[in-house]
Amino acid sequence: MKQLAQLFISFFKIGAFTFGGGYAMIPLIQREVIENRRWIAEKDFLDLLTVAQSAPGPLSLNTSVFVGYKMRGYAGAVAAITGAVLPSFAIILLIAMFFTDVRDNEVVDAAFKGMRPAVVALIIAPVASLMRGMTPALKVLAVIIGIALWYFAIPPVPVLIAGAAVGIAATLLITRKADKS
Amino acid sequence: MILLQLFLSYLKIGFFGFGGGYAMLSLIQDEIVVRRGWLTGAEFADIIAVSQITPGPIAINSATYIGYTVAGVWGSIIATFAVCLPALTIMILFTRFFLKLHNNRYISGAVAGMKPVAIGMIVSAGLLLIFASGEGERNFIDTWSWIFFGGCLAGSYFKVNPILLIVIAALCGIIKYYVL
Repeated sequence: MKQLAQLFISFFKIGAFTFGGGYAMIPLIQREVIENRRWIAEKDFLDLLTVAQSAPGPLSLNTSVFVGYKMRGYAGAVAAITGAVLPSFAIILLIAMFFTDVRDNEVVDAAFKGMRPAVVALIIAPVASLMRGMTPALKVLAVIIGIALWYFAIPPVPVLIAGAAVGIAATLLITRKADKS
Repeated sequence: MILLQLFLSYLKIGFFGFGGGYAMLSLIQDEIVVRRGWLTGAEFADIIAVSQITPGPIAINSATYIGYTVAGVWGSIIATFAVCLPALTIMILFTRFFLKLHNNRYISGAVAGMKPVAIGMIVSAGLLLIFASGEGERNFIDTWSWIFFGGCLAGSYFKVNPILLIVIAALCGIIKYYVL
């Protein structure tokens, strides 16, 4: 029971202090899970990141499930993910409740007019760093896929599934070739 | 009925949200703005702005916010629960079979194949937000919008904290559109 509470509290902390999400939170997880609690060994952390990145969903939630399940099974996973989600849930719910009242305020409106183009820039900015290490052909392909998704309003899910299928087919092909030779 | 729709929409977003927060944005946009029409493009950008300056992943923040606007407190609970469910179940499976899956070349192949699509989804989300032109949809209203955009892109390139960039953009917005 004590450890379940600790899992909840640790991930509540991580959830409450990760702004912007994603990679910014990795150092925080590292400190809490490896140095403070010693739940996971330093050498296993890279494995944890690999698994958390190949599963769907936000990195913080995936990490919480991984650590929670490893420590205390299903109950641990639920305790950890609940802790990770609760801070954002509570804060956003409060904002949503009061936002409609201040939304028509002229100052708030002016602030949002300034923030919208900045948000678009922040969304596009990680594309360059995500493409690092890809071949030029794949980079061009990614941009073409992006333009096509936007221009023809293609739903992204089938394209994502097709991408996975192509990846598996390519692996099969390479494996066959390797077996023959 | 609306609760069921919320549940299914966010289950889908949670399940196909490969490639982290920004790729998920494109899924959320497709499902919530384009398909369901629960938000306009500008409202969507506003939620992302709020998400950037509050803690937590955008997927959770948008689920809570949109759930509340669409169906009140229960809506926010259902949508947040739905977006977490795939992460919970799939990660438990991954953790359990971790050693067997870790070096599985087909899983690595599938992930590698999804990567260009996930990046393309970010590009598409950006294009949709830039070129949105409907009533109440526009994020770029004048030359100053492009200046804020360029400044923020440069700031991001030089690794300025995104929260700081959003706050500066908000202050610039107040000066430009309210004070002046």
